[in-house]
Amino acid sequence: MDVLNVRNVYEDAERAKDKKAAIGADVTIENFTDETVNALDMIDDLDDLSKQTKNDLLKVGVDTDEKNRAGSFLQVDQSNIFTNNAISSSVEVMNIGIALEKYGWLEDYLWNVVKPDADKYTAKTALREQKDGVKSGYFVRSLPNTCEVMPVQACMFISDEDIMQTAHNVIIAEENSELHLITGCATGDDVSSAMHVGVSEMYLKPGSKITFTMVHNWAEQVEVRPRTGIKLGDNSTYINNYILTSPVSTLQSYPTAYCNGKNSRAIFQSIQGGKKDSIIDVGSRALLNAEGARAEVISRAVAQDESKIYARGHLSGTVPGVRGHLECSGLVLSDDSLIYAVPELEASSANLELSHEAAVGKIDEDEINYLTSRGISEEDAESMIVRGFLNMDITGLPDELAEQTQNMIDMSLDGM
Amino acid sequence: MLLEVENLAVEVAGKRVLKDINLSIAEGETHVLLGPNGAGKSTLFLTILGFPNYKVVNGTIKFKGQDITGLTTAERVKLGIGVSFQTPPAIRGVSVGDLLKIISNQEVSDELNPRMQELAKQLKFSDEFLNRDVNLGFSGGEVKRSEILQLLAQMPDFTMFDEPDSGVDIENVELLASEIGTLLDKDKPQRSRKRSGLLITHLGYILNFVSADKAHVLIDGVISCSGNPSEILEDIRKNGFNGCVECAQCL
Repeated sequence: MDVLNVRNVYEDAERAKDKKAAIGADVTIENFTDETVNALDMIDDLDDLSKQTKNDLLKVGVDTDEKNRAGSFLQVDQSNIFTNNAISSSVEVMNIGIALEKYGWLEDYLWNVVKPDADKYTAKTALREQKDGVKSGYFVRSLPNTCEVMPVQACMFISDEDIMQTAHNVIIAEENSELHLITGCATGDDVSSAMHVGVSEMYLKPGSKITFTMVHNWAEQVEVRPRTGIKLGDNSTYINNYILTSPVSTLQSYPTAYCNGKNSRAIFQSIQGGKKDSIIDVGSRALLNAEGARAEVISRAVAQDESKIYARGHLSGTVPGVRGHLECSGLVLSDDSLIYAVPELEASSANLELSHEAAVGKIDEDEINYLTSRGISEEDAESMIVRGFLNMDITGLPDELAEQTQNMIDMSLDGM
Repeated sequence: MLLEVENLAVEVAGKRVLKDINLSIAEGETHVLLGPNGAGKSTLFLTILGFPNYKVVNGTIKFKGQDITGLTTAERVKLGIGVSFQTPPAIRGVSVGDLLKIISNQEVSDELNPRMQELAKQLKFSDEFLNRDVNLGFSGGEVKRSEILQLLAQMPDFTMFDEPDSGVDIENVELLASEIGTLLDKDKPQRSRKRSGLLITHLGYILNFVSADKAHVLIDGVISCSGNPSEILEDIRKNGFNGCVECAQCL
């Protein structure tokens, strides 16, 4: 079985190595350099990182003091330089390579909800894994019947110019468990150009819950292609929060939730601030395949400068009794920027309910006037309105995490 | 004079709404602006406030002796002008509490100062309410009370109230009137009052609780008559604004 599985992944990936992605600008992978695995030394403590790096990590929600964290994982370039698996007895955090050695069954979870032949980026990740033995990325798992309210923090960091970083992450919430993750991705201050491909596969067993909050802070010439699939069992809940407010070259992702379990629920909330000439193409997809499954997709986008934001959403209902709602709001702040909202609803059964609302436009002048009539300058009023617009209420997080997440959002919005 | 409007003509979207307005309000005085719908009452307010779409084509507005006709709204507000709106817009993501802090020159990260907390309580606002987005899903009465609360944070020298009592139940009109009184120094003897105001009211109900020194009737972009508030109101109640139209023709 294992042999067959490996061979299929390899063959599928090999076939797809030049396959362009269905959407998003085509990136020439060859322009970036593959890094050797574990080229960098492990560190004993996150505190050993340079002040600058700590600061970069803090901006994406990674606390180097590990206060209020259930575990930590740090990958720099292609090296897993730090893992802390000892904080919580309810969750496991480890390098995917180590996890594969520890758990024979983990192989079955690889390339299951993200296909190796989806496009050349997934193919590249699969080929490095299969051909070159590159086992990069993290494995996080919550044990059955546990509820750890503190989040595991995982970080992908690029430290050098023109690097191609790949990662293959697997997250499993066992039956009736609750798991929270904060993942931050960033580049070092002296890095201007790089590429990041992160394949993430998540599995929610019956009665489980995962919240996955991701903050990105890339450099202006970084190409980003996250590839995410989520499989939901009966009565499970998945909450995905995504925050990007700093410039990037091109970023394209379209995480897909397979709501295959009865009464499973997926919520995607995203905050996107487009700056400079960033091209941001972020969508969320939920396939409602079981009775009582529900999905909500909420996105807020603000396009400034010459940025372009494609805000996509796709809800597909295949059985009766499912419900889904898509909501996209956008503010276009400059004549040279663009927001393209693409909401898609697909109903292939009777007796289901799918809806969407989208509104894209400029800042309401009445709102600016109102604030200026309280003595606030026009410029400050605009900035308050933009921040307020992006500052959505993130639902579904435990209180402690909600507060931390709000701080993360505030920090991201500070630059807006 | 605190406020002096001279020969003011204003266009909104190319249409002349105010034709030739002359109005003076002294320190410590409260004036009332009456007039039928569409006469230009709100336009006069928003022009005094300096909203961008209200184009002054003739005349001047002076405040505390300074010509403010060319100033931005924020600059005018800093000089001491305030307004309560009839139907203000909702601002998503900006809480009432944060706005109060900004108006009170407080850091948003600090706790709201005790004076404002006390005033919020007086105006029947809970802490939870202060966390709500400004005007989002507010009832008619909540909007009015929130407007007055913001003005209490600001304490302007000259305040304009646009229909502060419309849509407010009787019990709350008295509450609002009492706070409006604070904003207009009504708790002080007439001679020592410093703050002034201009009230737009349709029915004049609020005048049962807030005393006014003078009333003006605005019809078709012109102030057609000015005088004792109760006499003018009485006249309008009997004869409607038609009487004022005739009066204007006499002028």
